[in-house]
Amino acid sequence: MRERFGVYVPKVVTREEYFAPGHRACQGCGEALAVRLAQKALGRDTIVACATGCMEIVSSPFPYTSWRIPWIHVAFENAAAVASGIEAGLKALMRKGRLPSKRIFCVGMAGDGGTSDIGIQALSGALERGHDFLYICLDNEAYMNTGIQRSSATPFGAATTTSPPGKFSWGQMTWKKNMAEIAAAHDIPYVATACPSYPFDLMEKVRKGAEVHGPAYIHILSPCPTGWRFPPNLSIRVGRLAVETGVFPLYEVVNGKYRLTLDPGELRPVKEYLKVQGRFRHLPDEVIEQIQERVRREYERLLRKTRS
Amino acid sequence: MGEGLLGWKEIKPGCVITEAGNASEYRTGDWRSDRPIWDKSKCVKCGICYIFCPEAAIEEDEEGYFYANLYYCKGCGICATECWTGAITMVEEGKAEDG
Amino acid sequence: MAKRVGMEVSIAAAEAVKQANADVVAAYPITPQTHIVEHISELVADGELDAEFVPVESEHSAMSVCVGASAAGARAFTCTSSQGLILMSEIVWIAASLRLPVVMIVANRSLSGPLSIWNDHSDAMMLRDCGWIQIFAQNGQEVYDGVFNAFRIAEDHRVLLPVMIHMDGFILTHVIESIEVVDQEVVDRYLPPYKPLYRLHPDDPVTMGAFAMPPLYTETQMAQNEALKASYGPILEAWEEWGELTGRHYRPVETYKMEGAEVALITMGSFSETASVAVDEMREEGEAVGLVRIRLWRPFPFEEFRKSIRGIKTLVVVDRAISFGGPGGPVASEIRSALYEEKDRPAVVNFIAGIAGRDVSPDDYKRMIRRAREIAPVLPEAYEIYGVRE
Repeated sequence: MRERFGVYVPKVVTREEYFAPGHRACQGCGEALAVRLAQKALGRDTIVACATGCMEIVSSPFPYTSWRIPWIHVAFENAAAVASGIEAGLKALMRKGRLPSKRIFCVGMAGDGGTSDIGIQALSGALERGHDFLYICLDNEAYMNTGIQRSSATPFGAATTTSPPGKFSWGQMTWKKNMAEIAAAHDIPYVATACPSYPFDLMEKVRKGAEVHGPAYIHILSPCPTGWRFPPNLSIRVGRLAVETGVFPLYEVVNGKYRLTLDPGELRPVKEYLKVQGRFRHLPDEVIEQIQERVRREYERLLRKTRS
Repeated sequence: MGEGLLGWKEIKPGCVITEAGNASEYRTGDWRSDRPIWDKSKCVKCGICYIFCPEAAIEEDEEGYFYANLYYCKGCGICATECWTGAITMVEEGKAEDG
Repeated sequence: MAKRVGMEVSIAAAEAVKQANADVVAAYPITPQTHIVEHISELVADGELDAEFVPVESEHSAMSVCVGASAAGARAFTCTSSQGLILMSEIVWIAASLRLPVVMIVANRSLSGPLSIWNDHSDAMMLRDCGWIQIFAQNGQEVYDGVFNAFRIAEDHRVLLPVMIHMDGFILTHVIESIEVVDQEVVDRYLPPYKPLYRLHPDDPVTMGAFAMPPLYTETQMAQNEALKASYGPILEAWEEWGELTGRHYRPVETYKMEGAEVALITMGSFSETASVAVDEMREEGEAVGLVRIRLWRPFPFEEFRKSIRGIKTLVVVDRAISFGGPGGPVASEIRSALYEEKDRPAVVNFIAGIAGRDVSPDDYKRMIRRAREIAPVLPEAYEIYGVRE
């Protein structure tokens, strides 16, 4: 079952492209689509602080930029800190009457590496300090820009260049770090998961996260044809399978209250999601069963949270 | 990346880029090996292809049908795969007719 | 009417940040900088300074917050020492390449290891090449004045570079000095509100921090280097105007009792004040010694320095940092390099002293000069670590 929105809703979405074509993302890049859609939701009055990573590299080869909104890249691990600084600066300037008061969304954007590994300190600090900003994690489940190395967001069993399968390994031997839960543990007003395969759900969440007063965190699964090893035309389908199998449930946490934003009903077998991707091709059935068990358990745990 | 290289005096302080979105000068359409073709008899003008294009390369014509801006289209095929009615087909460059 | 107030230099520094009307202060505590940030946070809590005080979770984020705030057009300040400086060093370089006018006080403290909270210049020297304008303060008044000078220089559109003020940890931070506090209306005349050349704002979207490929990179570095070199003129102007307003004239290099000197001590930071006492005493005893105090470390004042030591036979350069396995202390290395092309080069004797808070007294300077006389011009070693126990 596809998303609940009607077929004519795409026509209502703004035609403004704040993320200009001409960027160097791979064909079929789920992350580029996520950024494009997020920007449509955020609109013109947005400032983005972006970490080093795929999106930063494909969008800013000096002297060209794909950004039609103000944008800054500083380093790898500090998107949240730079966004905090922009927020603090604007706040001070508006309060002191040096800038006209108006709502400008401050957004920190980083990949999974720049969020759950090297960027986690800056993120945690920014969330704790309560800055009025939105943090978007674009999760393609590895350090894709540097050549598909594993991160703490790489799922169990996935092949990457630093977690290759071999005689003594199934590939990634640890389970994916749950960044959305870590963000929620900071007791912030809004946390959500999203996927560009569900574009209206994504855009609605980005808008909600930006508009909330205080920190908001959105974790966007970004299917990567290059790193996950599937043909580029399947990006949307792969993202949909991630949601329909329960591997990546779509939910939001509003002031601590959990809610599924899409109920996929009976979960499809995880195998359907894994088999489409080259990075899982080496897994035997026993390991797939392990993954299935874990997905089921995690999904049930999430469902219990939505009911409490 | 060799065209019109800047001299040091032409670089703005901090290497700031003031021409927002000037990456749109770059023809990513050269990457393509397949291009999407719309069958207007099947197109219901829903716009989902426009939504799903990572390049923002799909545009709407005066009649409300959609088409690919070939300057940018990288030929990923997402639009053809996602089209509800199967109105889009990927055709190899060189074999494609205009459309 | 300017008045003199006895206060701890750290407090004076914080008061200067208040009078400079900083917009964003982001800082992480580290000895011996703590009194500065503690007092700033008190000023903000009491509404005496209208600023966003961002208590970051590390120094790396402190500089990142300052970069974000400055890019948005706010006047941003931070301070740190030693381990904090080296932790944020990644972003320190980037702040300079982004040409953002952030001001930072470094309460100079030794870099680990071993761990030490005490003063030397190893932290400053570690960032020698980062592209910031760097000024060494000799005393508390210079720190206080330095904050206003720094923002004024940094925000000048002919400069647009971040400025570091180095002040010796504990020796200056934790000492009470009689500071001449400048009237607010004088500060306001000297330091107008920050008007960025470029800033992050949706009304005029710009991209900052693009990456550069090899065909372009050299040009970006040339541009940045030329900007740092070109800041020399505006720095002199900013100091001259300050001199007219307050009577305190700062120069990149200062000479003390150099007339007829044969030997000159070369120092930076609080060393300079103690060295001047030694020079006074030696002059009383009839010795032809003088002192050259370097205030502007970057951009290095080559011409002024060469002029200041013309005719001197022996330079005794006292470094407060070691370059492991290198040709000497960092300052002596630079000085030798600056003098290499000169026809009549003085002998350069290099002592490394005052490491991690070890006291250097006027008697120590006298001993250094006497030792220099013994060993110059045929130096057995390029440098000596002064007063080391075997």
